[in-house]
Amino acid sequence: MTDLKAQVEQFLADHPTEGADAVEWLGARFDAGLAWVHFPVGLGGLGASRSAQQAVDEAFLAANAPQPNPAAPVIGYGMAAPTILKFGTDEQRQRFLRPLYTGEEVWCQLFSEPGAGSDLATLATRAVRDGDEWIVDGQKVWTTMGHVARWGILVARTDPSLPKHQGLSYFLCDMTDPGVEVRPLRQITGEAEFNEVFLSGVRVPDAYRLGAVGEGWKVATTTLMNERVTIGAHAAEREDGLIGAVTKTWRERPELRTPGLHDRLLRLWVDAEALRLTAERLRQGLAAGQPGPEGSAAKLTFATLNQAITGLDVELHGEEGLSYKDWTMRRPTDADWASRDAGFRYLRMKGNSIEGGTSEILRNIIADRILQLPKEPRGDVDIPWKDLPR
Amino acid sequence: MSDLLYGEVENDLRASVRDLLTDRSPWTSVLARVETDKPYDLELWRTLAAEMGLAGLLVPEDLGGAGASAREVAVVLEELGRAVTPTPFLGSAVLATTALLAAGDTETVAELAAGQRIGALAVSLTTAPNAAFPSAVKVVDGKLTGRVGSVADLEVADVVVVPAIGADGPELHVVQTASAGVTVTPITPLDLTRRIATLELADVESRKLSGDAAAALRTALTTGAGLLAAEQLGVAQWCLDATTEYVATRHQFGRPIGSFQALRHRLADLWASVSGAVAVSRAAADALATGSDVDIAVAVAASYCSELAVHAAEEALQLHGGIGMTWEHPVHLYLGRAKSSELALGTPERHRDALASFVDLPA
Repeated sequence: MTDLKAQVEQFLADHPTEGADAVEWLGARFDAGLAWVHFPVGLGGLGASRSAQQAVDEAFLAANAPQPNPAAPVIGYGMAAPTILKFGTDEQRQRFLRPLYTGEEVWCQLFSEPGAGSDLATLATRAVRDGDEWIVDGQKVWTTMGHVARWGILVARTDPSLPKHQGLSYFLCDMTDPGVEVRPLRQITGEAEFNEVFLSGVRVPDAYRLGAVGEGWKVATTTLMNERVTIGAHAAEREDGLIGAVTKTWRERPELRTPGLHDRLLRLWVDAEALRLTAERLRQGLAAGQPGPEGSAAKLTFATLNQAITGLDVELHGEEGLSYKDWTMRRPTDADWASRDAGFRYLRMKGNSIEGGTSEILRNIIADRILQLPKEPRGDVDIPWKDLPR
Repeated sequence: MSDLLYGEVENDLRASVRDLLTDRSPWTSVLARVETDKPYDLELWRTLAAEMGLAGLLVPEDLGGAGASAREVAVVLEELGRAVTPTPFLGSAVLATTALLAAGDTETVAELAAGQRIGALAVSLTTAPNAAFPSAVKVVDGKLTGRVGSVADLEVADVVVVPAIGADGPELHVVQTASAGVTVTPITPLDLTRRIATLELADVESRKLSGDAAAALRTALTTGAGLLAAEQLGVAQWCLDATTEYVATRHQFGRPIGSFQALRHRLADLWASVSGAVAVSRAAADALATGSDVDIAVAVAASYCSELAVHAAEEALQLHGGIGMTWEHPVHLYLGRAKSSELALGTPERHRDALASFVDLPA
């Protein structure tokens, strides 16, 4: 660890952060193995332990180092990179990881479909083999960053005669292909943070397949696990997050306070602190090499809490809570919620219990994997996908 | 940032306490015992207090204690809560011991640490850390007179730490329960596993402690509230574990009822809340151990864990169905412990009120 610290210091000495071009500087960081230290040498890492990453990230943050394009990290860092590392060929890893890290190439995720959200394995987008290529037809939805993405991770059905989990394959899709059409999907906030993606005769080279044909579900599961365990490198400060917006208003505007809102605010403050400490326990456990299951608890609680806090925030604003800043359709490339008004946050946080796995699916996962409760009987697991009622 | 994990020593301590309680205090014997006039198993207490040295965890080594910290005490309380063991641990090893230490006593605290004698703190169990100093007992001509209700673990106590009002204000006194003029009257408790009693003092001889009485009492109550959160976590964990096990084996409609989504989801939510309780309770124990951030960490843990334990016990009762309503199933012992503990050492609402001032969120 001290060795790693010295390497970071040396790197910072050799590569001044002031006025640096972000892409160039991040490229150098990747080449030095300091992007993801637990990745192999030559692929942005040093083959170090995963727990060492936190100290490295903190050191670079403290040095005010360039950070990746804000549009890049969510899908690219959290989902595409670990999946490409685990299932990709050497060529794929060499081709994709560096520009992904530097933010030159933004990634999106082409999983959900209008008919396959929580029951993702029922997805209907087809990929039919044609020589060295696959021809893909279908429709995806809820595609974050689809409008700025250069690449998409794509799950498509390659054999409809198999049960739904078995006939899937995983591809890397070039979003500049003429068969790819990205349309904004306007949401309840008035903005189009997500997109619909229409795939018509898209030709994906077989060289861009990730994992074996028919193994797409296994690869996708890795991606989704990584989505749920992504947590910040630092300990969150008390009142970080949405609770901070409400407490700020409470302190600055005594005229808005009522006794009923006071007790609700304090309850939510306690719950927010409990969630912060739960996430911190998870972080400390990971750093100590004892990963715990608290990530699932945090995701579930996070959604409920954010919705309760933002609901209170609208009420606290009284007459102002009746107004909404701006319904103009925009296509944002970041998630800047702190600077938005209470009404926007209220509407947006409704998605927290749906995106990245609904709270209901998450409860099923907790019941199955953590509590090991008996599973619900299912009628869809052994039937060929083409014969399933849809 | 405080250390929120359990260390190796703490895990070992937990394992040995759990082994002992599994062996010596299974719920069947707790249930049998609470129906007698001897709910506390004093043999078991001697093993825990003297042989295992748990009564002296908070007491420095030079006073005959183990020189451990609130972190280890919290682990012991988690296990005592999990087993709803009737012991005077909270009253003696936490409340009386902390008050004595904070007031500079060395003599009585050493006896309590050695497990030779049992102590109690003569305040109503409902007293919150930020409550006004109690005025029920007065010092007249150097002797104590007054009446205090709902004192936890008093009926087995040999010695009582009594807050009293003297000529110059708050004082702390040590009273032997065998002294002339002391009457202890047990109260039939909602929580069968933690006994309460009324203390009456009529011109009783005592030893006055020299330290700042108000500060010492506040320290004892704050420590008690923060560590009671760990006991409540233990109660909640038992409720979650027992209920998870029950719904996995109980069959209705041709399936284990634990395969119905309505029940699975309730237990998943409960598990997530218990994860939160582990985190806040560890934070409070760590704050008490290090002396940093104590007020906020204790207020958060006390309000969160109190409500969680009641919720967990109520969920356990509902999901056990009819069997949960019977005397022969232990869930009522946990419900009684949880609901009574919610009132103990400050209600959740009272702790949130205190929190409002600590974090500058005024009404």
